Parts: sequence; C-alpha cells; structure tokens
Amino acid sequence: MKTFKFWRSEINALPLLVLICLTWLVGMVVVAFTADLIAPYAYTKLNLSERLLPPIFFGGNMDHLLGTDELGRDVLSRLLYSIRISLLVAFSSTLISAALGIGMGFLAAHFRGWVEQLVLVLVDFQASMPFMIIALAVLAFFGNTLLLFIALMGFYGWERAARIARGLTIAANEQGYAAAVYDLGASPWRVYLKHILPNIASTLIVSITLTFPEVILLESGLSFLGLGVQPPMTSLGNMVGYGREYLQSAPWILLAPSFFIVVTTFSVSMVGDWLRDRLDPTLN
Amino acid sequence: MLNYLITRLARASLTLFLILTFSFFILRMTGDPAMLIMSPDAPPEALEAFRKGWGLDAPLWDQYLGFLGNLLQGNFGYSMRDKSPAMALFISRIPATLTLAIPAFFVKLIIGIPAGVMAALYRNSWIDRALISLSIAGHTVPSFVLGLVLVLIFSVSLGWLPSGGDSSLKHIILPVITLSLGGAAVLARFTRSAMLEVMGQPYIRTASAKGLKWHMVVKHHAMPNAAIPTLTVIGFMVGSLIAGAVVVESVFSWPGVGRLLVTSVANRDLAVVQSLLLLVGTTMVCSNLLVDALYGWVDPRVRNSSSQAEK
Repeated sequence: MKTFKFWRSEINALPLLVLICLTWLVGMVVVAFTADLIAPYAYTKLNLSERLLPPIFFGGNMDHLLGTDELGRDVLSRLLYSIRISLLVAFSSTLISAALGIGMGFLAAHFRGWVEQLVLVLVDFQASMPFMIIALAVLAFFGNTLLLFIALMGFYGWERAARIARGLTIAANEQGYAAAVYDLGASPWRVYLKHILPNIASTLIVSITLTFPEVILLESGLSFLGLGVQPPMTSLGNMVGYGREYLQSAPWILLAPSFFIVVTTFSVSMVGDWLRDRLDPTLN
Repeated sequence: MLNYLITRLARASLTLFLILTFSFFILRMTGDPAMLIMSPDAPPEALEAFRKGWGLDAPLWDQYLGFLGNLLQGNFGYSMRDKSPAMALFISRIPATLTLAIPAFFVKLIIGIPAGVMAALYRNSWIDRALISLSIAGHTVPSFVLGLVLVLIFSVSLGWLPSGGDSSLKHIILPVITLSLGGAAVLARFTRSAMLEVMGQPYIRTASAKGLKWHMVVKHHAMPNAAIPTLTVIGFMVGSLIAGAVVVESVFSWPGVGRLLVTSVANRDLAVVQSLLLLVGTTMVCSNLLVDALYGWVDPRVRNSSSQAEK
C-alpha cells in the first residue's frame, strides 16, 4: 500500500494545470453518478410557459440557473444528465475498445502465422476507413439503440491498442520473465493477464488516454447530427444539435454543453499528455 | 522501387476488397431492406415485388457476385428512394465538397507547416508555447462547436458573413475556416515534432559545423528529412476530406457529399450509403497508396528496403 505521504508528494509534483484538469474530471464523474440527485428538475420536464428563459446573469431567474430550452426544460438539469450519458458512452466504449485491441494484440502475438496476418489485415482495414463513415453506415443499416451505439463506439481505436499490444507482447515473449513463468507451468492466460499485461500496461494506458477524448468527440459529433444518442435521452452533442435551431434567440442552449465538451476533452488530453511523459519510456 | 510499389498495391487491393465485402454484407446482414424502406404493414405483394426488383430474393452468394459484377461495370446501385443512380448523386455533390475542401486543404498547409517549423526552430519560445496551446485546442474543440461559435460571432452578432447556404463567395469563408483550423493544428504539431527529431541528428550538426548558413541547413538538410512523417498526415487529410465534410457541411447547410451521406443515413437510403462507403474507402486507399509512393520518392531508404519495411 502506498502511504499518505507518498500521495502527498505525488500531488505536489503535479503541474497546476494538470491538477485543475484532474479535479474537473473527478467533478464530471461525480456529476455523472449523482445527476438524478443534484439536478433541480427532471430532464424531460416540460414547462411551456417558461420557454427560452435566459441564464441567471443574462436576465433569467434563480429557478433556472442556465435558462430553459425551447420546450421550457431546465438547461442545467439536461446538462447534468447529458454529462452522465456522454461519459457512460465514452467510458464503456473506451473499455470495450481497449479490451478488444489488447485481446487481438495478444492473439496475434501468441499464435503468429496466419492469425497474426488476419489481425493485421483487420487493423489495416480499420485504419484505412474514417471511423465516422463506418459509424454512419452501421447506424444507417442497424438503426440505433444506446446499447448498439456503445458497442459501435467500442470499435473506435481498437486497432491502435492492438498494434501496440502485439508489438510489446512479441518483445515481452522474448524476454526471460515470460519464458520463466511458462516453464513454471503457468497457462497462457495466466502469463498474458498476470505477467505480460502489467508490464506493458503503461504504454497501453497512454494509447487509451488518446482514445477516450476522441470517443467523446465522435459521440458528440454523431449525436449532433441527430444520429447518435436518441431523444428523449440526451447527451452533450445532442443538446448542441437541438440548440442549434435557437442559435439566434437562445444561444445558451448550445453554449453550455459546448463548453463542457471542450473543457472535458481538453482535461483528458492534458492528463493524458502528462501521463505519457511520466509513463512512456520511449519518449524520453 | 518496383517491388515496393507492388507490395503496396497488393495491400491496397486487399483493403479495397475488404471494404467492398464489408459494405455488401453489412447491408444484407441487417435483415430485410424491404421492411425498412416500405412500412412493415405494406401489403405482402408489394414487399415481394420490392425484393424482386432489387434482386433481394436471390441467394446471398449470387447477390454478392452480381454486386461485384455491377461494380466492375461501374454500376454502383440506385437510390432506393428516388431510383436515381447512386454514383450520379455522388458526382453531382462532389464540386460543392471540393469548393470547401480544396481551399481548406491549402489553408491547412499554409498555416500548419510554417507554424510547425517555426515552433521547432524557436523551441520553448512564446511561438512554440502558443502553437502547442493552439494545437491542443484544435484537438479538443469539435468542428461543430467551432463552426457554431464562428456563426454566433460573425453572422449573428456582427452580421458580416452568412451563416449557411452556398450562393456567394462569402458563404465559403466560415466553413473553410472551420474545416481548416483543426487540421492546421494537427499538421503543425506533427511538423514540429518531425522537425525537432531531425534537428537533433548528427548530420545537422555536421552541416552547420562545416560553415553552412543556418537557413541553408534548415532548408536543405532539416526540412526534406522532416517531410516524411509530415507526408503521412497530409495523406491522411486528403483521404479523410469527406469524413471532415460530414459535420461541417451539416453545420453550414452546404450541399456536398458529407451532407448527402448524413441525409441518406437519416432516410436509411441503403444503396446510397453503401456506394458512398465504397467511394470514400476507395479515396482513402488511393490516397494512402499515393503517400506510400511519395515516400519512396522522398526517402530512398524506404524504396530500397521495402522487404524490411514490411516487418
């Protein structure tokens, strides 16, 4: 167990900006978990007599801190729920993508031969198509539910993780420790998950921190186009997409979620950059 | 060099074939397009006629071979909504997309490359720091947010520029800026790190030690070597033109290929989506191939060691 003093010194060593970004991200996660407790209204609650109210310092009132939208729904409440959905999609998809990529990388490195070639062809295929286009095609053909959408986003960036996992695993298999554990009679599962994975984790984490903000952007982009998260559910991109109709009369509807998208992806990128400097030995 | 090109060509054809197959099967795996296009409670005879009309009643392999055969004859299928050929629809939208994409591409190059070179030459100066911050912003601000904020500032508040449409030269300014800023930031970042890597090489030290003027060192020794990784990014940008256009064309109601794709997806016009998928994939593969060929031209090491490069 790392001691309290250790963490104190770790936190002191953090650059201020990274610390702010980390705090923001922790805040976002807390919001995502507690959205239904802290949201002042239900995110679907209509109030047609209070449509398009401006935020509090722009002529609005205390009841709706960030104003209301075209159906009189509270923008703040919708924002909190949107953060929950957007983070849910981003987290689950990044996890799926990482698991898929690492699994494929392990497969390629373990079996070599035609399995490896097959994985590499798939990697090439995925890398040669802009993911946005693939996603659009799949959504056109299969329709859209939240689960399917998350699964689809889970294919984003797996090829990067697969490439890295394959390369590092091949290198690790040639090092003594993996062979030693094999000789002790460990199963391949045990060697890969308990010995090789921890040793190559730092580089993989770096690639995951690259995937995560990109998934947020992709999700918000698709939802913005009306092809991602479907109403009545709401996500950050979704709010921007619908708020766009009221760009002139009620810009706050889209500015609030836009701000959260930008600051959150910025924070993840900053923390990711910082992690990369700390963890990735190849960059030094 | 020939060997190198042949392996690349083989790889590209394989990828292209995968794209073809992917776009065929994904359409057929979704069940019955007849149900999607017509309402499920349409009379059974009408559904049957639809299936016959589109050849959906034949066995899957038959359909697949027919599909490949049609492609070889340049027949990319027809829109299931208004029966017009998908290829013609695509071609009719290309000029609009290029009207935005070509200026945006040059703006990216004109801003991105010099900015990256300057940042690398004056490392840790204010130029460098400003550039890094901007390129992080370019990564984190999605294009629809950038586009809408530009509209909010220049159309809604100042009233200088139109917010959407394609009727005059003024209309292209905001979409081009939106399209190019993010790409310019990415390009600048890549150019910077490529330059930094090259500037640390011994041959740069040798070149300046033998008394060469500094700008000559940069021009003749550093920049050609930094061009290689930068080319990759540029190639990717050409290939992803349409992907980038998807969002920006929707923001600015621009009648290009990207918007066609979005409306076809929303209308579930499967044949059009399928052919767009194919055409975009082909563009991607071709531009990657072109970049590979350029590599061989720019970097003799790649050309001579193609067998090692494959590993």
